[in-house]
Amino acid sequence: MIRFIGRRLLQGAFVLWAAYTVSFFILYLLPGDAVSIMASGDEQNAVDPALVARLRSEYGLDRPLPEQYLIALVKALQLDFGISIKNGVSATAAVAEVLPETIKLAAAGFALAVILGSALAIGAAFSRNRWLRQAFAALPPLGIAVPTFWIGLLLLQFFSFRFRLFPAIGNDGVASLVLPALTLAIPTAAVIAQLLSRSLHRTLGEPYIEQIRAKGASDALIHFGHALRNAAIPTLTMLGILVGNLLAGAVVSETVFSRAGIGRLTVTAVNSRDIPVVQTLVVLAAAIFVLTSLLVDLIYPLVDPRINTARRVSV
Amino acid sequence: MNPFNPAGTTANRPTSRPAVVGGLLAAALLLSACGGTAGAGTEPAADATPVSGGNLNFALSVDRGCIDPQQAGNNDAIAVARQTVASLTSQDPKTGEIVPWLAEKFEANADATSFTFTLRDGATFADGAAIDAASVKTNFEAIKALGAKATLGSTYLSDVSAITVPDAKTVVVDFSKPNAQFLQATSTFTLGLLSPAAAALSEADRCAGKFSGSGPFSVRSYTVDKEAVLERRPGYSWPAATNTNKGEAYLDTVTFKIIPEAGNRTGSLQSGQIDATAAISAADVALFNGNGFSTETRANPGVVYNLYPNESSPKLKDTAVRQAISKAINREEITSTLLTDADQPAKGVLSHTTPYFTDLSPLLAHDPDGARKLLDAAGWKEGPDGVREKEGEKLSFQVTYWQSPKEVLELVQQQLKAVGVDLQLKFTTIADVTAAQADKTYDFSYGNLTRSDPDVLRTVFSSATARGGSNLREQLPVDDTLGEQAAALDQAARQKLVDQAQETLIKDAHSIPLYELSTTISASEKVHGLTFEASSRLDFYDTWLSN
Repeated sequence: MIRFIGRRLLQGAFVLWAAYTVSFFILYLLPGDAVSIMASGDEQNAVDPALVARLRSEYGLDRPLPEQYLIALVKALQLDFGISIKNGVSATAAVAEVLPETIKLAAAGFALAVILGSALAIGAAFSRNRWLRQAFAALPPLGIAVPTFWIGLLLLQFFSFRFRLFPAIGNDGVASLVLPALTLAIPTAAVIAQLLSRSLHRTLGEPYIEQIRAKGASDALIHFGHALRNAAIPTLTMLGILVGNLLAGAVVSETVFSRAGIGRLTVTAVNSRDIPVVQTLVVLAAAIFVLTSLLVDLIYPLVDPRINTARRVSV
Repeated sequence: MNPFNPAGTTANRPTSRPAVVGGLLAAALLLSACGGTAGAGTEPAADATPVSGGNLNFALSVDRGCIDPQQAGNNDAIAVARQTVASLTSQDPKTGEIVPWLAEKFEANADATSFTFTLRDGATFADGAAIDAASVKTNFEAIKALGAKATLGSTYLSDVSAITVPDAKTVVVDFSKPNAQFLQATSTFTLGLLSPAAAALSEADRCAGKFSGSGPFSVRSYTVDKEAVLERRPGYSWPAATNTNKGEAYLDTVTFKIIPEAGNRTGSLQSGQIDATAAISAADVALFNGNGFSTETRANPGVVYNLYPNESSPKLKDTAVRQAISKAINREEITSTLLTDADQPAKGVLSHTTPYFTDLSPLLAHDPDGARKLLDAAGWKEGPDGVREKEGEKLSFQVTYWQSPKEVLELVQQQLKAVGVDLQLKFTTIADVTAAQADKTYDFSYGNLTRSDPDVLRTVFSSATARGGSNLREQLPVDDTLGEQAAALDQAARQKLVDQAQETLIKDAHSIPLYELSTTISASEKVHGLTFEASSRLDFYDTWLSN
């Protein structure tokens, strides 16, 4: 097992290096550099080009690209991603400052998504009424099809502007978390509901369920005690992708609801070509993916003892 | 009652002030050109006595991550930064006159190369340090050292040759070239004073607002992408001559909340979650006329929104082509169909709130037939697709821009199409726009520059620096005129030179002005005295909240 984890971590390190390198070169290939964007203000550029050139050289942006890359990489290995060009704050500090806000949002969004998604799937499996069953089945595709920002704006319109139940903006307290988390949860819940509902349907048709039913088990025991565990495996596999969805959704949710967080930070950093900050975010996102998929592999045997992660992966 | 009562006018300012403003200079800067058009509001009604206390929630749309007044270059950062510093002088929004603030007296020598400021007594920085001559020197030197990071300050101080401090109350700034714009520059937030201790702070700490300022508010907290909270500075008693308030600010705190989504700003203001904002989209502004809200618009002084032709390209080197493009534009249609009622078409290179403004709208009349004649004469004949061409080359141009509303240039595109000129639009991010300007291959660039002094013409149009986004033209006689106005302290002489430069820029179509950028405050009716300063920046010092 330890050997398995060690190997996975090594693969993870490779993924992080690749993410760092690819993003570094892509960002440098993009037109526009942070220094001239900073010097332009919002209006017609008034700064003497000579001063801009001086600033660029202070940031080392006039050195040959391979040299810039090597210097940056060596520093990045020591977790120093450089300083944000727009305000001189260290890129890691800028990310660390808002990361807890996004973790709160993503955790709340994920919890809501699991609850909503599972409830829909189980509701669809349980309900005897045909209409109700169809309604449960129709909701997930709708949730996936509707754009996140639109959901956010609708929630704002009703629950904040009209009924004034929740604040429209900010990061203060649980109340400010409700609408953004719900916005984030809806598309993810839809994915979970669809996956779980399909595999639940398949599992319920398997012979062992028939056998349990024949033994006189109740519907609840069949669903929660036997079927759900087996049916959860495909959803668990999707966990890595769902976490990715949550990060992408945070960009939209944080922008619509004016929450500070890494989603907002990503938008501003990309727009201002603030390469140190963007790279910190890219590496962070890659690390989250690596850890999530490792976690999923480790959880499999707990859900289904027939799966031996270490042996399966090392074969 | 108009809640946006103005900064006090010169007429009712206490006359007991010992300020003896350098006589000739004051006269030179007392301008009539923009009198009465500043639109900075009216006097408060007699029964509206300001009350102290409360928090004002004000929404901003973007956060560039830095609220250091000496570095701030974008309007949202400026709204925060302006409140934290006092400047040597202030500028009357109605007359353009430069009046005392931290300097009770100021004068320039005859050729505008040396400026002497005498500081008032008793003013201090928030950390207790005295605002003395040495601190002014430290500040200006720190701004020079910031270089390109001081997006605006670096242009104001670029020709400084020496800063001397004869005594604790007097500071003398010398320039290597005549610099008539400098007095106005000292009224801006950019040259506002920070405690000398700020010069030793790291860039990160300065940007995060950890400096001690000299203004009516201090930074309590600032969280990037979330909010900046300013609190009243206790003991502040050195207001600008343009303010009605004479003591501490009325508001306990001002909370600037960053709300990037336009619909959210509108809804938040309607539902009372914010009290005021200057970032309501043009389409929604009408919602806040009445119904418990009020709206106040003021054009930003300076160079209006322009298309700047890149004259290093062969097609746009031809004056006739540029003139034809300017004639083909219907400026009235832009403001009447796409903007608010308060927005105005360009009447010159400078907006009507700029000192030394002169109405040149006859030179900017919509004349599509004249445009066609010019293009015919220049040999550009209409091709099969309606686009003119000459020797196999199409009369087609591209402009890369990010400014909203993006429909403005879409309308210009249609107007140009009517005379056979093809304008390709690329609406993108600031990053892409600066990149397109940096490699100097653009056909047109697009933008404005806010400044309440006509020297802004030289900044934007001088051929001396081949700056990305500019005309990139060869040196012409108009450069001399622009240089001469920068040296003219006599009002009449400067007016003549500014008019002459503007006329040439428009007639030869180095400048193709479109419309005046304006700032619109939309506010709940409980907000009073939120004013525009001369540069159309927001001033919260006179602002108060009724219950």
